[in-house]
Amino acid sequence: MPIPDLGILLFLGIFMLISASALMVVTSPNLVHSAVSLLFTLFGVAAIYIYLYADFIAATQVVIYVGGILVLIIFGVMLTNKIDNATIDSKTHNKIPGLIFCSLLLIIQFYIIFNTKWHINENPIKDSTIKDIGNLLLTKYLLPFEVVSVLLLAALIGAAMLSRKKVQS
Amino acid sequence: MDYIQPYLMLSSILFSMGIYAVITRKNAVAILMGIELILNSANINFITFNRFGNFATLDGHVFTIFVIVLAAAEAAVALAIIINLFKNIGTVDVDKAQEMKG
Repeated sequence: MPIPDLGILLFLGIFMLISASALMVVTSPNLVHSAVSLLFTLFGVAAIYIYLYADFIAATQVVIYVGGILVLIIFGVMLTNKIDNATIDSKTHNKIPGLIFCSLLLIIQFYIIFNTKWHINENPIKDSTIKDIGNLLLTKYLLPFEVVSVLLLAALIGAAMLSRKKVQS
Repeated sequence: MDYIQPYLMLSSILFSMGIYAVITRKNAVAILMGIELILNSANINFITFNRFGNFATLDGHVFTIFVIVLAAAEAAVALAIIINLFKNIGTVDVDKAQEMKG
């Protein structure tokens, strides 16, 4: 029996990790467990980006998703529960119709994935993607880049505005 | 790993689970986690097709950066709204937010 390639074994492990932890995110009754499982899902997706030769995107995923958005979500879980209620639980509804709908969606997607003849183009693999991304951001995508930075600023100021205490005037 | 199918399978699994969370959860923060899963699956698709498709440049990577920035803005605004909801009605159950229902 030939020994399988180590990269494929590692990919299978990451695949299993992402699937299992995403299932935990979706089904766990305790919201803190969901948030911690989301951490493993996001790290696994960063590893998938490394498999796809996207080094800058993998670093961005770890810094912004794991360092920023996940912390915000954990803040949200902690702040929106009463202190005397020690069990942070979450009710669910529509379980059976949701399961049927999502299974149908998954089956249709798998059918399309395995029955399409994908055109695979072997691009030359670059050493680093950072220089090309920087060039694209400052030439072809300069206007969207500026617009999205203004949008991020406006969204953060708006969020701070929304969640502060009302001043009695 | 020079096959395109495993990456697309992973992306579709994440997408279906995100939709399941949005459908079944009642807690608003849990629905937000489902939306994050959906955005991650879209990002995996962008990077995969940029790697295997017939592209000379890295446009898919730039799109992924834009999606990540928008996800950060969305999470900040959504959590501000959820905290206001909790201040006003004392719960984050989305079925209880029905004051404007006729």
